[in-house]
Amino acid sequence: MKYTLSVLVENRPGVLTRIAGLFARRGYNIDSLTVGRTEDERYSRMTIVVDGGQDIVEQVAKQLHKLIDVIKVNDITEVPHVERELVFIQVKSDSNNRGEIMDLLKIFRGRVVDLSKNSMIVETTGDCGKIDAIINALSPYGIKEVVRTGKIGLIRGDGRKN
Amino acid sequence: MKMTGAEALLKILEGYGVKHIFGYPGGAVLPLYDAILNNPNIEHILVRSEQAGAHAAAAYGKYIGQSGVCIGTSGPGATNLVTGIANAYMDSIPLLAITGQVDSSFIGRDAFQEADITGITMPIVKHNYLVKDPKKLVDIIYDAWHIANTGRKGPVLIDIPRNVFEATVDFEPRTDLVKIKGYKPTYEGHQSQIKKAVKMINSSFKPLLLVGGGVNFSKAEKEVVEFVEKYNIPMATTLMGIGTYDETKDLALGMIGMHGMPYANYAVHHCDLLIAVGTRFGDRATGSLSKFAKDAKIIHIDIDPAEIGKNVLIDLPIVGDAKSVLSEILLGIEIVERNEWLEKIIELKSRNRMLLHKTALNPQLIIQKLGDMARDDILIATDVGQHQMFAAQYFKFSQENSLYTSGGLGTMGFGLPAAEGVALAAGGKKQVFCITGDGSFQMNMAEMATIVEHNLPVKILLLNNSSLCLVKQLQHFQCDKRFSEVSFTGNPDFSAMARSYPNMTAYRIENEDEIESVLKEAMSHNGPSLIECIISDENLVYPIVPAKKGLAEMIGVEKW
Repeated sequence: MKYTLSVLVENRPGVLTRIAGLFARRGYNIDSLTVGRTEDERYSRMTIVVDGGQDIVEQVAKQLHKLIDVIKVNDITEVPHVERELVFIQVKSDSNNRGEIMDLLKIFRGRVVDLSKNSMIVETTGDCGKIDAIINALSPYGIKEVVRTGKIGLIRGDGRKN
Repeated sequence: MKMTGAEALLKILEGYGVKHIFGYPGGAVLPLYDAILNNPNIEHILVRSEQAGAHAAAAYGKYIGQSGVCIGTSGPGATNLVTGIANAYMDSIPLLAITGQVDSSFIGRDAFQEADITGITMPIVKHNYLVKDPKKLVDIIYDAWHIANTGRKGPVLIDIPRNVFEATVDFEPRTDLVKIKGYKPTYEGHQSQIKKAVKMINSSFKPLLLVGGGVNFSKAEKEVVEFVEKYNIPMATTLMGIGTYDETKDLALGMIGMHGMPYANYAVHHCDLLIAVGTRFGDRATGSLSKFAKDAKIIHIDIDPAEIGKNVLIDLPIVGDAKSVLSEILLGIEIVERNEWLEKIIELKSRNRMLLHKTALNPQLIIQKLGDMARDDILIATDVGQHQMFAAQYFKFSQENSLYTSGGLGTMGFGLPAAEGVALAAGGKKQVFCITGDGSFQMNMAEMATIVEHNLPVKILLLNNSSLCLVKQLQHFQCDKRFSEVSFTGNPDFSAMARSYPNMTAYRIENEDEIESVLKEAMSHNGPSLIECIISDENLVYPIVPAKKGLAEMIGVEKW
């Protein structure tokens, strides 16, 4: 199962290395990791998606918490939260199917951000399921390249568990 | 007050009561060594390699109960510290490692003697720092000291570029408590967990206390005594837990594990409640996890929440400091009659012995004799090998904090510098025996020079079998007696070598009847000495818990 950890860390050089190193050293699998500054520039927030069992994720959270630069670790998997991921997909297209693809994009609230003779780049945001779905929907046209940001997440409202 | 970064570092260390630091000079640390020259309060111990400095500082720190300090210059000086730092990390020993770094304007340009020591040590430190801004130096040193010496202790490294040592900093001694946002160790156990523990202990018929190294660091020896002597709960230890309770007492079972005392291992197997304190359930202690204490409920008390449930499934976790949690539990437990269990323990102790193959001069016997002669008066440092296990099994430790050994990392070469550090920390009041083998000894034997320079009362008990017999033993059982690269044919005459150092004495034991008289003579002489014992390379450490087997499936146990 995939778990989502929201991790508040000091915004200092080397913090990402410490966290990536911890995952590598202890043999945990990172599905995705995003990091960016928070409202307070002294801190960054990381959203880490981990693949594994409940016991592994508990260990990951505890080991993360041992790092001095880590201030707070939240497992938000079961907590009401919003999550989004951004994707760019470069898909093969020409004048014959351009309209068809653009119709399809409407369903996913995607948009075209670059256009050339034989391909276009589309972007969309959504949860991981939606991103997978749009990639599936576009794959019959021929996908040349995909880049995903990885998931970001934030706990809703007062953040109580279900 | 304006001063240089190097002077501020020494001032802060002085403030923490640091009397000795172990180190080796070099280009990047020149400003620091210049400041050392002007400091009358801190004595610098010039070691023969940085690794030895780190081991010595770790053992020194373990003895005095706060971190020792070691110094290496940039590049090779820093990388030589790595083994010592890793060793301290695995055994949770507080240690402050200071490394010089090339000028900050040169960092990243592969300058002479440049190594990314913060990157290299990241997986083996509790925390580390590269100080790029002199304005942050003072706060970083205070933070580093705080981190090394609180919670689950461990090594912290500060990498300081030469220009930061030289820079002028504003220094005022800090009197406030150090606070770090992402670091708040838990000392007090949760009350409801403590109540549950009390209930579990009171209703247990066959409880066993398992003590790890955390009890040593937490100074919870008195609480252990009360558990055992007032409430009649038998106790066993891990290798790192040795020295928390007098092993000559009836209810002390000694070390568990791969080469543990047979009755200690059987007791773990038979108990219905295991109260494990300050131990990380390392694989050498537990044997096969699926067979470990399988009939027992387990209470795990540890200051590091990440240790709980890491290796062994726990019925009741309590996060907190060993001394605090044990004393809380002691307030609640009752004296319960458990005669059947106590009789069983006494029976296990009297009916199971370690198999001992008689050789011309058994190392086991030498260590046993040493224990009988001076159990309460000497401190022991060991290296890693058969001699280490024999020391853990046969010496029968009785005093608090009396064993200095490399547990988690199993670092050959630890013993001599550790003996040096402990002898210095004890202020020459206690003799320190370094029990070593010819393999381990040769890894850091250059430290004899440092020991001689400071006339430290270190006795090197060298069990010489001209081979690496613990590896040989593994090959005996696991490689069908195909012995690969475990014999030394070019060893020096160690006694002659020892005598070549000024004021160092050397003795030799070749027969059993010489043991007592030679040990006595060596102990009566206060300076450093080496006692070389010529032993066979046919000794085996028994018992053995074979790979993938449970603790109760030992071989090499003699039934009486």
